[in-house]
Amino acid sequence: MKINWFKYAAPLNFYSLAGKVIPFFWVAAIALTAFGLYWGFFKTPDSLENGMKEYYRIIFVHLGSVWMAMWLYIMMVFWALVGLVFNTKLSYMMASATSITGALLTVVALATGAIWGKTSWGTWWDWDPKLTTFLILLFIYIGYIALQSAIDDTRRSDKASAVLALVGLALVPVIYSAVNCPDPTQCSSLHQESSMKNIEPNIMRGIIFTTLGFWMYSFAAILMRVRNIILQRERNTTWVSKLKEVN
Amino acid sequence: MKPRTKRIAFVLLALLTVGAASALISKAMDGNLNYLYAPEQVLKGEVPAGTVFRLGGLVKKGSLKRSDTKLEARFVVTDNRGNEITVVTNKILPDLFQEEKSQVSRGKMNDEGLFVAEEVLAKHDSEYMPAELKDVLAKEHAPAPAKVDGSEIGKMTGQKI
Repeated sequence: MKINWFKYAAPLNFYSLAGKVIPFFWVAAIALTAFGLYWGFFKTPDSLENGMKEYYRIIFVHLGSVWMAMWLYIMMVFWALVGLVFNTKLSYMMASATSITGALLTVVALATGAIWGKTSWGTWWDWDPKLTTFLILLFIYIGYIALQSAIDDTRRSDKASAVLALVGLALVPVIYSAVNCPDPTQCSSLHQESSMKNIEPNIMRGIIFTTLGFWMYSFAAILMRVRNIILQRERNTTWVSKLKEVN
Repeated sequence: MKPRTKRIAFVLLALLTVGAASALISKAMDGNLNYLYAPEQVLKGEVPAGTVFRLGGLVKKGSLKRSDTKLEARFVVTDNRGNEITVVTNKILPDLFQEEKSQVSRGKMNDEGLFVAEEVLAKHDSEYMPAELKDVLAKEHAPAPAKVDGSEIGKMTGQKI
C-alpha cells in the first residue's frame, strides 16, 4: 500500500486528519500519565539511599517535562527547517504550534526543579550552569513566540522566527553537555548528573510512563493548536467557509 | 513607521536576543570553570582575599557542631586528602545536609581562617536507590552467625560425652 504523504501537507487534508487522531492522543496521554504517577506515588520507596525523602517523587513530573521541553525544541527547528527548504505553509504552522507547548513544558521543568531544589539543596535557584542554560532555553522559546506574533505578515514572521529557532538550536547541545558532563572534575555544579545508571526499577518505570504521557500530551496539544492556526490562516478559503464548526 | 523600518527593527531585536543568549551561555560556562573551589585550591591561595566564593567538598565525619545558645553551626569541609576548612554559619542547614555528604556553601574567609557561609546547600547524586534495599542487601551479605547452642554441639559430636 502506498501512502501519499504529501497529501497531508495540504492544510485541508491535515485539518481533518488531525481532528480524527487528537482523541486517541488525549486518551494515551491521560492513561500513560495516570499510570506513571500512580506507579511513581504508590509503588516506589519512601526514602532513598542518598537521603532524599518522599519529596523526590517530583522527579516524575520534572524529568518528563525537561526531556519534552528539549525534544520539542528540536521538533520545532525540524518543522521550521522543512518550511524554509520546501516552503510548505503547514510546516511553519507546526513549528509555531510546537513553540507554545515547548515553552509551557520548559516553565513546568523550571518550576518543578525549583521546588525540588528548595527541599533537597536548600535553594529555589542557583546560577549553576545546568540551571542557567535551561533558563536561556525558555528565553529562546519566548523570543520565538514574540517574533512570530510581532510581524503581521505570516510569510515573513514564519521565515524570521524559523531563523531564530535555528540559531537557538546551538543551545540544546550546551544544555545536554552541561547536564551530562563527561568529566565531573571539569564541570562541578550543584545539579546532579543525569546518569540513568542506578535507578530503582519502579522509579524508572514511573519516569518512563510519565514521560511517554507528556509526549502524547504534546501531540494532542500541538495538533489542537495547529488546527486553530489552520483555521485562522486559511479563513478566506472556500473549504474553511464550508466547515460545519465555522458556520 | 515604514514597514521596512519595522522589519529592520525586528531583525535587530532578533539579533540582540541571540547575542544576549550567547553572552549568557559564555557567562554560565565561565562560572562553570570556577563555580566552586575545592578546599585544596583555597588553602593554596587561589582565591583572592576578601572575595565571596563557593566552597565545595564533603562534610567531615563527626565535625558538625551546633551552638547551644545561638543558631550557629560549625563543620569541617574536607576533600578526603587532608585539605580541610572549617565553615561557620548561622543559616538553616538544608534537609539533605549530612556528615560525609557533599555540600556547597557560599561566603568568604575571615581573618581567623574560618569560612563564614551566607548560604549552605546540600548536593546529592543521581542514584535513586531505596534506603531499605541497602539495608536488606547488607543483611543478606552479612556472614550468618555460627549457631552455638547445646543441640548443635550434641549433633556434631554425635554421642554423649
